[in-house]
Amino acid sequence: MTLLGPLSLWLAFLVGLWGAITGFVGGAQRRLDLQQSARHATFALFGALLVAVISLEIGIFRHDFSLEYVAAYTSRNLPTFYLWSALYAGQKGSLLFWATVLSLFAMLSQLFTSRRHRLYLPYVAAVTCLVATFFISVMLFAANPFERLGFTPLDGRGMNPQLQNPGMVFHPPMLYLGYISITIPFAFAIAALLTRKLDAEWLVAVRKWTLVSWLFLSIGLLLGMWWAYVELGWGGYWAWDPVENAALLPWLVMTAFLHSVMIQEKRGMLKKWNLALILGAWLLSIFGTFITRSGVIASVHSFTQSSVGYFFLGFLVLAAIGSFALYWTRLPLLQAEATLESMVSREASFLFNNLLLIGIAFSVLWGTLFPILSEAVKGTKITVGPPFFNQVNVPLGLALLAMTGVGPLIAWRRASVPNLRRQFVVPLTSGVFVLLVLLVAGMRDVGALMAVSLGGFVFATVTQEFARGARARHRQYGEPTALAVVQLLARNRRRYGGYIVHVGIVLLFVAFAGMAFKTETQATLRPGESATLKSPYGHVYTFTHLGISQYNALNREVTAALVEVRRDGKLIGRLRTEKRQHVDALGRPTFEPSTEVGIRSGLREDLYVVLGGLVNGTEQAVYRFTINPLVWWVWFGGFVLVIGGLIVLWPGGGPVAVKGSGASRVQAGYAVKLEPGDR
Amino acid sequence: MKAGTKFAMGAVLIVGAVGYLMASGIKQTGQYFLTPSELAQRVSADPSFYDLGMKVGARVVPGTVEKEIATQTLRFHVTDGTVSYPVVFKGLPPDTFTDSVEVVVEGRLQRDGVIHATNVLAKCGSRYEAVPKA
Repeated sequence: MTLLGPLSLWLAFLVGLWGAITGFVGGAQRRLDLQQSARHATFALFGALLVAVISLEIGIFRHDFSLEYVAAYTSRNLPTFYLWSALYAGQKGSLLFWATVLSLFAMLSQLFTSRRHRLYLPYVAAVTCLVATFFISVMLFAANPFERLGFTPLDGRGMNPQLQNPGMVFHPPMLYLGYISITIPFAFAIAALLTRKLDAEWLVAVRKWTLVSWLFLSIGLLLGMWWAYVELGWGGYWAWDPVENAALLPWLVMTAFLHSVMIQEKRGMLKKWNLALILGAWLLSIFGTFITRSGVIASVHSFTQSSVGYFFLGFLVLAAIGSFALYWTRLPLLQAEATLESMVSREASFLFNNLLLIGIAFSVLWGTLFPILSEAVKGTKITVGPPFFNQVNVPLGLALLAMTGVGPLIAWRRASVPNLRRQFVVPLTSGVFVLLVLLVAGMRDVGALMAVSLGGFVFATVTQEFARGARARHRQYGEPTALAVVQLLARNRRRYGGYIVHVGIVLLFVAFAGMAFKTETQATLRPGESATLKSPYGHVYTFTHLGISQYNALNREVTAALVEVRRDGKLIGRLRTEKRQHVDALGRPTFEPSTEVGIRSGLREDLYVVLGGLVNGTEQAVYRFTINPLVWWVWFGGFVLVIGGLIVLWPGGGPVAVKGSGASRVQAGYAVKLEPGDR
Repeated sequence: MKAGTKFAMGAVLIVGAVGYLMASGIKQTGQYFLTPSELAQRVSADPSFYDLGMKVGARVVPGTVEKEIATQTLRFHVTDGTVSYPVVFKGLPPDTFTDSVEVVVEGRLQRDGVIHATNVLAKCGSRYEAVPKA
C-alpha cells in the first residue's frame, strides 16, 4: 500500500493529460483513433483514481498512522461508520474524492450520451480530463493524501466531533456530487462552442445532466441545513455563511438555466444567455471550492488556510478567461430565432424569473465578497451578515415565488384576456383567501403573510394544472381520476414533475416564513426548577430540569441533562441534551467539548434544547430553550422537491425527443390533447 | 410600444430593485471589521467610534477567560499582538471557544474601554483539521 496510492495518482495524472490532448486534437482533426483513445482515457482515469481511493481507505481501516492523512483525521477508537467518511473529512482526502467522482462522471457521460450527440464526446472527454488533471495536480504538488510522516504515531488525532454525525457522512458527498457534476454540462457547452454545433441538440444533451447536478446540489444543501440544525446547536438551519452561500450560488444559476432552457427549446431564444448560465454555474462551483479551501473569506466552515487556495484561484481565473473568450468568438452563431412578442407571455415571465434568480445570486455573491471588495476599494473591511441577506433576499424571494405561480399560467407567445381570466381566477382567489384567514388568525408579520399567501396562490396553480390535465384524460380515455393523475405524471414527467418541485418550493418558503416567529429563552436551573416559554401558537411550554448524568461512551465522556416538557401543564415528554468531551484511546481529551441538541420535532413547531454547561460542576445547568416553528416542513418540502426532481429525471416515458428542435417542442408540450375550451 | 422595450423596462426595474436593495442593505447592516490596532487608531481619531456596532477579529489572550456560568457571563481579552481589549459577553459561547482561539467579536466598544459583545464567533481554523501541528 505504500506505493500503490501515490503510483496510481501519478498514473491518473498522466492518463488525464493524455485524455485532454487526444480529446482536443482528435476532435479538431477528426481523427477517430485519437477520439477513441480520449474516450478510453476517461475509463482508465476512473480506474486509476479508484485504486487510489481504495488504497487510502485501506490505510484508514488498517489504522496506518504513518500516513499523515490517516493520523490527522482518524483514531483507533473512531466508530467504523466514520472511518468511511474520513475519506472526505479533510482537505486532501476530499480532493481525491472530488477527482474520483469527476472521473466517474466523465466515464458515465461517455457511456450514456446517445449516439446522435457523438460529435461532442471527444471534447467532453478532453474537458473533463483536463479538470480532473487539475485536481490531481493539486494533490501531487500541494496536498498529497499519501504523504508520509517520518515516524508512526501510536494513535491518530481523531475526527472532529462535529463531523461525527450521520448528516456529515452523507452531506459532503451529495454536495460534491452536485458541484462536480456541473462539469459535465460545462464540458458539453465547451464542446458545442468548439464544434460550432450550437443548435437545440446540445441543449438536449446537457439538460438531464444539469438536472442531475441540480438534484444532487439540492440534496446536499438540504442535508447541510439538517446537519447545521441538529449538530451546531445555534438553533437555525441557514446562517448565510460564505460556505453555504458558495453552494447556493450554482444552485440558483442552474435553477435559472432549467427554466430558460425551455424558452430556447420552444422558441429558439436566449441562446447566449443559456450558454453563459452554464459557464457561470461551473465557474461558481470552482469559486465555491476556492472559498472553502483558501481561508480568504472568514467562515466558520472553512478548511485550514493553505496554498491550495491559490491553485484554485489561478485555475478559476484561467478557466474564466478561456471559456468566455471562446464564448465571445462564437457569439455570431448564437442569434435568436424569434423575438419576444408580448409582455404577457410565458417567455416574458420566464425571463423575469431568470432575472430574479440571477439578481438573488448576484446579491449573495456581492454580500459574500463585500469584505474583500470594500477593503480593496476603500481600505476598510466592511462585513455584512444575515440581516443584509434577509433584507435583500426576502423581497426578491417573494417576487420569485409569485413568478413560480404566474409562469405556468400564462400561454406561450401571447396570452389573451379571456385566457388570463380563466387561468388566474381560482389561484388568485385561493391566495387572497389564505391571506384573509391568516389576518383573522392574528398574523401580522408582512413577510410571512406574503410568503404564505403567495404559497397558497402557487399551490392552487399546481392543483389547477393537475385537475385540468386529469379531467382531460378522464374525458379522452375514460380513466378514473386517480389513474389519470398518475398517468399525467408518468406521461409528461418533465412538466408535472416540475410542478411537484414547485410544491416543494412552496413548502420551503412557508417553512422559512415560520422562522420569523422563533422564540427563545436562556435559563440557569437547579434540578426541579423550570423555565417557561410561550409558543407563537399561544401555548405555554414549561421545561423542568430533572438532573444530570455523566458516563463514558465509546470515544467520549458524556454529560447528559434531562428536561421534562409540559405543554399548557400537560406532560408531553422528555428531552435530553448532552455535552460531549471526545477522548483518545488513553482517555485524554481531544478537541473542545461539543453539544448534542435535544429536539422534539412536530408538524407545528420544534422544541430545541441546548445544554450550555454546568455551574462549577454542580447539577445546576445552563440551558437555552428555543421554539422553532414549521421546521419539519423544511425537511418535508425538501423531500417533495427531490421527489419532483426524480420524476423529471426518470428515464423513458412520455413523448421522446426524436430529432431536432421540433421533437423537443413536443416534449415541452402537453401529454394529452386538450379540448379547445381547456386552455 | 414593442414587447422588447416593455421587457427592457421591466428588466431595468428588477435590476434597479436588486441594486437598491443591496445598496440600502449594505448601508443599514454593514459593519466595520477591524483588528484591535485598527480599532484603537480609529477611536483616537474619531470618538464617535464608541458605541458603534462593529466586528473585531482577534485572538483570545490565553489565561484571561473568565466564565461565570450562573450569570452566563463570559469575560476575556482579545489581542492582535499590539493592542488588546477586554470583552464582556452575555450568553453561551460556541463549542469551539477556547482560551487561545481566533474569534470574531460582534458588539460595541463602550467608553469604559470594554467591548460589549452581542455575539462571539470562534473561528476555528482547525475546524476540520484536528489540532494544529506543533
